Amino acid sequence: MSAPTTTIPAARRRPLGAVLRRPSSAVAFAFLVLLVGSAIAAPVIAPHDPDAQELGNRFAGVSLTHLAGADEFGRDVLSRLLYAARIAVTAPLISVGVAVLIGLPTGLWAGRRRGIVDAVSGRLADTLLSLPALASALAIVAVLGPGLTNAMVAVGIIFSPTVFRVVRGATLSVAEETFVESATAIGCSTRRTLWVHILPNIAAPLLVQVTILMGVALLAEASLSFIGLGVQPPEASWGSMLGAAYRNQYDAPYAVVPPGIALVLTVLTFNTLGDALRDVLAGRRAS
Amino acid sequence: MTAAPLATGTAPDTAGALLSVRGLTLDLVGGTPQPGLVQGVEFTVPKGRSVALIGESGCGKTLTAMAILGLLPRAVRVVSGEIVFAGTDLLTCGPRELRRIRGGPVGAVFQEPMSSLNPTMTVGDQIAEARRIHFREGRRTAREHARELLDRVGIPDARRRLDSYPHEMSGGMQQRVMIAAAIAGEPRLVVADEPTTALDVTIQAEILELLRDLRRDLGLAVLLVTHDLGVVADFCDEVVVMYAGHVVERAPVRDAFRTPAHPYTSALLGSVPRSDHARTPLQVIGGRVPPAGSFPGGCRFQPRCRHTAPACAEPQPDTVVGSGHHTRCGRVAAGGLQPGREL
Repeated sequence: MSAPTTTIPAARRRPLGAVLRRPSSAVAFAFLVLLVGSAIAAPVIAPHDPDAQELGNRFAGVSLTHLAGADEFGRDVLSRLLYAARIAVTAPLISVGVAVLIGLPTGLWAGRRRGIVDAVSGRLADTLLSLPALASALAIVAVLGPGLTNAMVAVGIIFSPTVFRVVRGATLSVAEETFVESATAIGCSTRRTLWVHILPNIAAPLLVQVTILMGVALLAEASLSFIGLGVQPPEASWGSMLGAAYRNQYDAPYAVVPPGIALVLTVLTFNTLGDALRDVLAGRRAS
Repeated sequence: MTAAPLATGTAPDTAGALLSVRGLTLDLVGGTPQPGLVQGVEFTVPKGRSVALIGESGCGKTLTAMAILGLLPRAVRVVSGEIVFAGTDLLTCGPRELRRIRGGPVGAVFQEPMSSLNPTMTVGDQIAEARRIHFREGRRTAREHARELLDRVGIPDARRRLDSYPHEMSGGMQQRVMIAAAIAGEPRLVVADEPTTALDVTIQAEILELLRDLRRDLGLAVLLVTHDLGVVADFCDEVVVMYAGHVVERAPVRDAFRTPAHPYTSALLGSVPRSDHARTPLQVIGGRVPPAGSFPGGCRFQPRCRHTAPACAEPQPDTVVGSGHHTRCGRVAAGGLQPGREL
């Protein structure tokens, strides 16, 4: 028997490479690298202490010392933007992490076992999904107390039914495949079948969902911080900076611009990458 | 390779049998319940022998094989019967024991090699999996065994192939990998559900040749589900003919082919195209297998049988007509009918 000469489509081998070949997602990826880089390097590259107040400089405009101006307490906006990038990276990770932690095992379990387990967890997920997301996040924060971590855990709980549904649906279809049967026929336990045989085969839709949820989580963080339930002063997040800019719009109307741009670009980045991943991985399924 | 240690306390009437299926009856439950999908199926697979399960599509042969592996669809329920493998009833032994047996003493090969292999796992890992589960081998030892197994099933350059993914291989090679995975647990019985149906004719012959070698070298018993009579004649010692959920005839292959004792068997044999009868119309069996739920009373084959008589409406008991030769046709058993080989 001769070795087969079929060529494997590049997308199948390296989904990341295929994503980066698209100009839009290459730009998005570059921005993400830049964002993570500045979040990590914030203490080194920030021109000022983000929390140092200089009341003489209130609402100072753009200058050489304050490249993006200063806020209501005379704090350097650029430095605060850079430090806030750390929140923009970690906060969605917490939410999505919590959502995956809850949604992935339950989704796998429900999709594999079906029957009563599926019915009960499905109804529960539907109930959670029917609640308005931010309002429920507010309720959870009211119980846990304000603060970034609590807020993002709350958002993660709100997201978990979305992850559950994606995982359950993908598991339902993969579980019908013959290779799951043959894994059972080889003596795999249910747990092993789920984690070793089914999980890698549902990774594509899960990855897409997770990427898109990152963007949504960032918006949720900004919303909660905007109304003061997320990060607590003096710490900066883009949402809380927008909130401050909103409160001082008559003194410094331009202050919404820097955090607004940062927020829009970052959410767009996550969405672009999510869409690109979906397209590439969908093509991979079809081929 | 040695057989895995197993209890061997078999019931007296099936002495020597590695697997014995007795009175297996399966019902379809749920939406439109259909009782008797498979009814009263009886046969044995002796140690080291190869038994064919044949019949048209929809006769229940795959369901019977899946029942042995504990892989019945959710909507199918076992109503009665036992499936005793080396002293253990697979239908009542519980999930733990079943896990120990599947992939260990009982291996399985399915029809579509491409869809039977996990596309996200290297073939080496998939073969090693049975070793790791059943012999608790470490990664390295299991990998070394996987390499030996790939070698054994005739895959060239086994060491490099360990890290291939299934889609990088041809269908024939994938089926070799499946076979390697099935024998990795050192089984005594391999259940092969149409292992060659999805393959090219030339590859079919190679795969059968491989199974034959493995049977001889490892002392494997094989239960081969097929509808290819050529494969049966070539490969099997005994044949179990199923029709519409019933076993209508079982016999040593030679007897079944020379003196079939059921009109269905003889009709099946008659519908094999033969080169020495070129330019004559091909014999066919008129009609099709009735769907479960609309089986006729008495002999289930009677609406399509050429020899139907009033007596066929009565239930047809399983009758012995020769050494190891059973039929479910009362008229043949009573000597009133000799179906012979219809040509």
